[in-house]
Amino acid sequence: MPENQLSDDELTQKILHIVADTQRRDMATVTAESSFEELNIDSMDAVNIVFAVENEFNINVPDEEMRTLKTVRDVIDGVRRLISAQAS
Amino acid sequence: MNHPNANRVAVTGLGVICAIGSGREAFAAALREGRSGVAPLSLARAGELRFANAAQVRDFNAEDHFSAKDADMLDRFAQLAVVAAREALAQAGIGLTEELRERAAIVTGSCIGGQTAEDAGFVELYEQGRPRVHPMTIPKTMANAGASAISQDLGITGPAFTISTACASSAHAIGQAFHMVRSGQAPMAIAGGSEAPFSFGILKAWEAMRVVSPTLCRPFSRDRNGMILGEGAAMLLLEPLEAARARGAQPLAEIVGFGMSSDAHHITQPSAEGAAKAIRAALRDAALTPDQIGYVNAHGTGTLANDSTEARALGFVFGDQARGDKPGGRRPAVSSTKAMHGHTLGAAGAIEAAATIIGLRNGFLPPTIHFTEADPECELDVITNSARVVSVDYAVSNSFAFGGLNAVLAFARAI
Repeated sequence: MPENQLSDDELTQKILHIVADTQRRDMATVTAESSFEELNIDSMDAVNIVFAVENEFNINVPDEEMRTLKTVRDVIDGVRRLISAQAS
Repeated sequence: MNHPNANRVAVTGLGVICAIGSGREAFAAALREGRSGVAPLSLARAGELRFANAAQVRDFNAEDHFSAKDADMLDRFAQLAVVAAREALAQAGIGLTEELRERAAIVTGSCIGGQTAEDAGFVELYEQGRPRVHPMTIPKTMANAGASAISQDLGITGPAFTISTACASSAHAIGQAFHMVRSGQAPMAIAGGSEAPFSFGILKAWEAMRVVSPTLCRPFSRDRNGMILGEGAAMLLLEPLEAARARGAQPLAEIVGFGMSSDAHHITQPSAEGAAKAIRAALRDAALTPDQIGYVNAHGTGTLANDSTEARALGFVFGDQARGDKPGGRRPAVSSTKAMHGHTLGAAGAIEAAATIIGLRNGFLPPTIHFTEADPECELDVITNSARVVSVDYAVSNSFAFGGLNAVLAFARAI
């Protein structure tokens, strides 16, 4: 299904899965409100997560945006924004 | 002195080729003028990259230096290595006797070697579906191709090897050669490094780490936003100071110390403690105290992480001096020449050693160009935009690599 038709819940689940997968953690330990700090995600981990997210959703996250990502919620919102921008 | 039976080690020849100079004299003039070697990237598919600029060697024509057949057998990184080695040897004015040929050492550094040759082969295999790659792909790709080519070109049959420690490769190489000449294991050494990383695939790999600036490299500036990649080579001719004097040669500088450490911290993020440890090790090896150091050629890549971490490391070592808190205390002037010649990866240690030596010899300290505004997290005496005309006695050059491998060289002005 085209990315922009993903429901909020489906998008969230995909991103939680990506975060858990790249960080090799249990899905149960990752929530939409988790902060990177809580999950021990450093700047290199964040780059790796965004790489997986870019591939999954076929989007392009600019370098400047990397610095603004501090929580899983930031990633979800950012992805939603980029998908919508692409669709329009 | 730490090493009682050791030789003092002189640098009597320099060879350099990089974005701001093809040849040592051009390089020295550019350092003095604070010239920028950064320009729009000249490469197929450059438009598909997030960054637009690079510090490329624009005017290198292999056939000016090699027969067509010889040039075919060498990747660009090895060609640059040979050209720099020839220039260093020529400046030193050493007649290569049979004994020297048999015992001289060659120690080079390169991060990726001839991976651009490998990349071209992969394009043919994976993209074009060809059933074969060029038979010279392996010999061109191997990181030791520079050392091997120098050995063959100059007829040197002594110990020759290559060190690969990412951005510290050629600093480690010079350091090992320094050890060999200091101990008498080698009566002469050619040491340095080369790098030619400009192929689309490799640049994409750099882009993916999000450390390359979309504009310019601004080391220690508050608004710095990443590194600019560069290419080039530098080679130093090392010999015992006594031998140089005996044959009436003028040393360019002395290498007085070499320090190494590992961060044991992170595969890409630097550690101030690890870096400080290497700097202290170099000073200890040189039997120097921090207040004797007049200039630091910083690793200064222009990334957010490196520059503030390096500033902290310098603070640890040079204490109040780095920040200038100590009234009447001397703090070392600091600059990163990467803003001019780019981050030349495996060649960086050598090109920056050359810059440091040229500064010591000619009584000026090269600037950090493209500097805009001081960063409170980098409280250093940064030489900004213009070279500083001042004579210093001792300098250090820092190289802090991915994987936390640190190498620091200490130099003395030749008297």
